[in-house]
Amino acid sequence: MAAAMPNPGPPDLAVEAGGSHLRLSGPWTLPRLDALLPRTAAARVAPGPVVVDAAALSALDTAGALLLLRTLRASGQPFEAHRIEGLREADAALLRLVATRLEPERPAREPHFAFREMLARIGGAVWRFIAQGREFLGFVGLTMATLAQVLVGRRRLRWTSTVFHMEQVGLDAVPIVALLTFLVGAVVAFVGATALRDFGAEVFTVELVSISFLREFGVLLTAILLAGRSGSAFTAQIGSMKSREELDAIQALGLDAIELLLIPRLIALLVMLPLLAFIAMLMGILGGGIVGVLALDITPGMFVSRLHEMTDISHFWVGMSKAPVFAFLIAAVGCLEGFKVEGSAESVGRHTTASVVQSIFLVIVFDAVFAMFFMELDI
Amino acid sequence: MSADREAVIEVEGLRNVFGRQVVHDGVDLRVFRGEVLGVIGGSGAGKSVMMRAILGLKRPDGGRIRMFGADTTHLEAEQRKPFERRFGLLFQDGALFSSLTVAENVKVPLNEYYDLPDDLQDELALLKIRLAGLPADAAHKYPSQLSGGMRKRAGLARALALDPEILFLDEPTSGLDPIGAAAFDDLIRTLTDALGLTVFLVTHDMDSLYNLCDRVAVLADGKVIVADTVDVVERHPHPWIRGCFQGPRGRGAALQQARTAPQPQGSH
Repeated sequence: MAAAMPNPGPPDLAVEAGGSHLRLSGPWTLPRLDALLPRTAAARVAPGPVVVDAAALSALDTAGALLLLRTLRASGQPFEAHRIEGLREADAALLRLVATRLEPERPAREPHFAFREMLARIGGAVWRFIAQGREFLGFVGLTMATLAQVLVGRRRLRWTSTVFHMEQVGLDAVPIVALLTFLVGAVVAFVGATALRDFGAEVFTVELVSISFLREFGVLLTAILLAGRSGSAFTAQIGSMKSREELDAIQALGLDAIELLLIPRLIALLVMLPLLAFIAMLMGILGGGIVGVLALDITPGMFVSRLHEMTDISHFWVGMSKAPVFAFLIAAVGCLEGFKVEGSAESVGRHTTASVVQSIFLVIVFDAVFAMFFMELDI
Repeated sequence: MSADREAVIEVEGLRNVFGRQVVHDGVDLRVFRGEVLGVIGGSGAGKSVMMRAILGLKRPDGGRIRMFGADTTHLEAEQRKPFERRFGLLFQDGALFSSLTVAENVKVPLNEYYDLPDDLQDELALLKIRLAGLPADAAHKYPSQLSGGMRKRAGLARALALDPEILFLDEPTSGLDPIGAAAFDDLIRTLTDALGLTVFLVTHDMDSLYNLCDRVAVLADGKVIVADTVDVVERHPHPWIRGCFQGPRGRGAALQQARTAPQPQGSH
């Protein structure tokens, strides 16, 4: 308690005796550090032991202690070699603690090799992609096997859970699927008619809407909507169960997570996606028809009879044949990503995003493959 | 003896209500400069709620809170800032920002309040990390790469970033193994002594009460029943306190304390 006099002035550092004597004054604290920094930067400390006079020091915190030790570093001596005078006992304890914990040298930052890191990242991404593909294939196999066992009756189908998911995935999605496909149908009709009008072929708008919706848009739009709506929900549900160790509990109780969680969701999607796709086709054609009636002078009777004569039923079956495949992809990706969640809530979010991106990607890729397949078959 | 000491936190008649459930009904508590105050109470007694009310994270439904002599009960976020830089806060699991390294986490408050040169900031962050008892190479790791105990220490490093006067710790030893918990108690003691900190410690850990706390406040029935040294508190007749201190865990901790008291605590 030598000199605890209050000093309201700015913190200061005076270098005397050619740099072997430092006189500290004022508060050496973090809020006042900006006033002190130019003083310590200008200080030239002589090599060898230094005498520090801290009698006029009014306050010291770890930032101030760090600055003092940095200044003393130029002397090339360890902290113990210096003599600190007039320091209050509390501040001395702080200074000693900081001195023992301070690294002698600032650790060098790891050097950056931008090009090499870029190559490593590309390689890593390719490797992850391959690993992900293999993982997905393995999971598809496991799902197929379990599904087969459920179908032949060697495992139980959880009816309650299946029906619950049917409601969530199917019934609850009807309004949004119907509205969106109706709007897209109207837009397709409108855009198509604008282009076809130049050739006097406005009436072909009917085929444009009906074929595109029966073959492609009905099922594709439904699948994309369900990937965003239900695939993400599957990942989030299973992921949060995983992060709360519920999946481990399921296993420890001798139950099978695939049978319990995946199969009901998969069956729900397998049943409901074709039904929703059917609604989507109807609504798309309805949207196109309404645009035709209101804007293109195609009467409802004309629309229906042309639909009947010119659009082959095979388009409908082509579209419908894709629905179960898309349903399988969405359910498998959504659940697999859920099972891959680790621990944290952040991981749940990351995998949910991945689930949506991957399932939409796969749905579109498979749609393209189907298109080529049916083209070769001339259907 | 406490009359002449400066109270840095004063809570008067604090009332907190959630729906129809009254958590606090007239809590009075004073925290004095330089002491380690342990707050205990059963689960749901409102320890964390009291801490959140003092910190301004929850607006109390009644009563007054004064920090450093100024009434902070109804301050807006902007007016609260000068107080916020005077206290540090350690959440239960560290609450580190997961997208930043430990060093970057420590630098967040430094950057927010002060404009320091980069190299000084780096070194200051590293110093806090070392003060919190972490090795220097932890500085460039992400929170997910650290164990639970290390995350708490990293959280402590961030809490210390601004050289706070008051340190709030929310169950710092929960989830740590007994050795890790004892080491953390030692660390808090060392830092408190050297840096002159005041510590507001919410805990369930009986060992921490005996080893670390200067005073213990017991929260039950919506009030602070007693706030005194642990020797006084453990003889209090309230049923919860009796159950707590006379129970197997309390007796074990007291016994442990009696056995190790003559010897110096293991430090590192």
